[in-house]
Amino acid sequence: MNVHGWILPGILLSSFLTGMVIFFLSEESHRLRTWLNLLGAGVKLILVGALLQGIYHGQGYSLELDFLPGIPLALGADANSVLFVTLSTFLWFWTTLYAVGYLEDSPHRSRFFGFFSLCVTATTGIALAANLVTFLVFYELLTVSTYPLVVHRGTPEAMRGGRIYLAYTLGGGVVLLLAVAWLHQLAGPVMFRERGVIEGLVAAHRGELRVLFLLFMLGIGVKAALVPLHGWLPKAMVAPAPVSSLLHAVAVVKAGAFGIVRIVYDVYGVETAARLGVLAPLAFVAGATILYGSVVALFQDELKKRLAYSTVSQVSYIVLGAAILGPLATIGGLVHLVHQGIMKITLFFGAGNYAETLGVHRVSELNGVGRRMPLTTAAFTIAALGMIGVPPLAGYITKWYLKKGAITAGADWVALVLALSSLLNAAYFLPILYRAWFKDPPAHWPHEHCFGRLETHWMLLAAPLVTAALVVWAGVFAESSFSPLAWVKLIAAREYGP
Amino acid sequence: MAVLVLGPLGGAAGAFAFPKGGRRLAGVAAVTAVLALLVLAREVVTNGVQLHRVGGWSAPLGIDLRGDGLAVLMLAITALIAGAVTLYAPPYFLPQAGAESRDRERWFWPLFLFLWSALNALFLSRDIFNLYVTLELLGFAAVTLVALAGKREALTATMRYLLVSLPASLFYLMGVALVYGQCATVDLSLLAAKAERGPVLWVALALMTGGLVAKAALFPLHFWLPPAHASAPAPVSALLSALVVKGPYYILLRLWFEAFPALMTPAVAQGLGALGAVAIVWGSIHALMQARLKLLVAYSTVAQLGYLFLLFPLAAVREGGWLAWNGGLLFLAAHACAKTALFLTAGNILQAAGHDRIKGLDGMTQVLPVSAFAFGLAGLSLAGLPPSSGFAGKWLLLSASLAQGQWWWAAVILGGSLLAAAYVMRVLSHAFTQVALATKPRPLPAVQEWTALVLAALAVGLGLAAQGPLALLRLGAPVVLGGAGP
Repeated sequence: MNVHGWILPGILLSSFLTGMVIFFLSEESHRLRTWLNLLGAGVKLILVGALLQGIYHGQGYSLELDFLPGIPLALGADANSVLFVTLSTFLWFWTTLYAVGYLEDSPHRSRFFGFFSLCVTATTGIALAANLVTFLVFYELLTVSTYPLVVHRGTPEAMRGGRIYLAYTLGGGVVLLLAVAWLHQLAGPVMFRERGVIEGLVAAHRGELRVLFLLFMLGIGVKAALVPLHGWLPKAMVAPAPVSSLLHAVAVVKAGAFGIVRIVYDVYGVETAARLGVLAPLAFVAGATILYGSVVALFQDELKKRLAYSTVSQVSYIVLGAAILGPLATIGGLVHLVHQGIMKITLFFGAGNYAETLGVHRVSELNGVGRRMPLTTAAFTIAALGMIGVPPLAGYITKWYLKKGAITAGADWVALVLALSSLLNAAYFLPILYRAWFKDPPAHWPHEHCFGRLETHWMLLAAPLVTAALVVWAGVFAESSFSPLAWVKLIAAREYGP
Repeated sequence: MAVLVLGPLGGAAGAFAFPKGGRRLAGVAAVTAVLALLVLAREVVTNGVQLHRVGGWSAPLGIDLRGDGLAVLMLAITALIAGAVTLYAPPYFLPQAGAESRDRERWFWPLFLFLWSALNALFLSRDIFNLYVTLELLGFAAVTLVALAGKREALTATMRYLLVSLPASLFYLMGVALVYGQCATVDLSLLAAKAERGPVLWVALALMTGGLVAKAALFPLHFWLPPAHASAPAPVSALLSALVVKGPYYILLRLWFEAFPALMTPAVAQGLGALGAVAIVWGSIHALMQARLKLLVAYSTVAQLGYLFLLFPLAAVREGGWLAWNGGLLFLAAHACAKTALFLTAGNILQAAGHDRIKGLDGMTQVLPVSAFAFGLAGLSLAGLPPSSGFAGKWLLLSASLAQGQWWWAAVILGGSLLAAAYVMRVLSHAFTQVALATKPRPLPAVQEWTALVLAALAVGLGLAAQGPLALLRLGAPVVLGGAGP
């Protein structure tokens, strides 16, 4: 195996081995653990960089290991996986930094960071999976490795949230397993391929393929938090802030959305799926989820809960993009995979900073927080405006392409949904911003920590600033060749190619 | 091959005669058995199925020992689990030092080695009468080992076990007699040629199957298992759940797929499968209701054994049958590793905390992090989550059931996974709660924790390395499954 052969396993092992070592570190070895964490995340980042470089130069990547009879564990790097793996690795690095700062003195850090690393292993595994079974393996690994993070605090409330989380995700996993095994009976080993692999089966198995599509959506929709499968997400908010950012922006929900993208584009093929007539119901569910999440978010006073319902709503933009036939909608959906990630992680970093520095958990307590923590609030503001879709930020790009795509495809109602959703987004984000910047701060914050000259710990500050900068960059430089949009256009071109 | 039987047997005799050297003799016997197994495995892989005629007489007069892929696999599982127990038991019997514990250990070693020898003989036997003899030896050793715990509940459990085991053996023996009367041979390979459907053979098979099913603790004859497995000392529980119940199951496979495939009707296959399905549900639900950890693990065995019996309806169909055969046996290996890990962990918890009430397990991870990790990994395999071997086994069974259109088994397989996840999580969720422990529990020797962890890791890792064992299974596989035949 040459250097290139080691990149894919390297990407997985850089976090897996880190996690394994960290599990067996003693609680006191704080410095060593921090360095290991950053080393693992850094090495992974470098490897992904090398992967991008290699792909740019036309190098192909794939790796197969024996697993089940006739079905290998297969890793590969196609356009979709590169998109997701880059996103998750990049955000991972900053989340790690943030988590180290956030959990400074809490107990069980070795356990936490061990599972944290396993979780990123699973996420990158999902990104790099080249066939359905490999996807399933990492998908379940993700479930298992996030549970300990959700219940990390060990309070009865956390245990309850964790139980609900597991019930949903394991249930979804079983449905997915059934779907995968069934599809293998029809189609043999399923490798992901642009434009799908089942075209030849449509004539003979039309009905079965429809049922299978439903099963896939049920199984994966749990993680993507499609209504009515979203119940676990607000409950899982009991987790520490870095975990929430992770669940929402990088790992679980994103893995669900990515899974739906995989099924629609690389298993069914978007054109085949449209011919089967399964896309319209999916678009409808996505539209309903978008509106439902936004409406419920309006009524949440707890900041993290409001963000959680906002996630329910925003992730369905990705699903919506996948459910509408046409390159423009595809671009809008896929690019939101990245855009939602960077915006939402910024928001959660911000919420975590408020909680950790000032003890503020509720929207109603946010008065004047912008004066006490201007940098954090600035980052939060950028991300919130992006979510609403204010040009020229990242969210605007998404909505523009989705709207265009929907109208081109003749689904005018989608444009209406998008407009309504933007309105609702504004309705639940703008009051927060107003309170933060324009109201007077209270005499005492509920639970204030001081961190010297900076408004908060530098690790907690660095992460949101970087991701907020990305939100601006992804919007302003969308048309340059180094932007998520440029990459996504390439994917769309291949999916609908000649 | 003979060494595989005689090694542990010699060790048992030695340990019986020289109680003080029990541990050392067990070590020597274990190394001998493992080496002999490696030699046999090499022979089988390079030269195919191995036949050893004891004393030079050939069947039907003499005793044949035969090593094919399936036998080697079972021997390997046995060696693995027994080896782990050999490592685990010495520190386990130490802490309660005192006359009572010493006494227990004195009997443990000879009985354990005797059990090992009986299992090896069982897996190598080629005729149904020898199988009976080995089954009896196995039963004798197992029943006595349960009694080792010495408490009242253990003795009750022992009596119950004995009262099931003895008639079960008798039923089996009656069946053997009938078969011999009808076919004039007891050799498995010769029987396959002579067996024809007829009332006598039907009765004979019904008797034998009934006896074996009781010994393998298939629902509804499982009632003796939970008390027996839960009240025995931890290493014994592990042996019983991982290995002893697999002995009669192995005989059932040999009977139905090798000696009497002609009598395997859909009704028989579906019936055994249905009992297995009920066992999965029944065992899992009872596992969910138990207050004590060891009972939970024991009921989980009842449920997991149910999966093994799904092999009958799924492997009896030609299309996809091979998948199910592989899946069932892979599952067996997975269960052996995972269940041993669980029972050893339960033993650790029992020793460290002084009790095994599930409600009182809060904070155990702080004391026994390695054990908790082992429990988690083993639970992963039990719940059939990828990439564990439990997953691989379930995947194969599931594929077979979907390929054959027997979707009802698919439903059972999937539902059982969820139930298993539920009862594993019942225990595991306590690992994450935060409590200040009132009393400082006793620390345990590292060997005890790490043996469990290694086995649990194997249960998961075997899923990624399943191709080797599965290739082995092809050697001398039953003709009905498309194998080369004996």
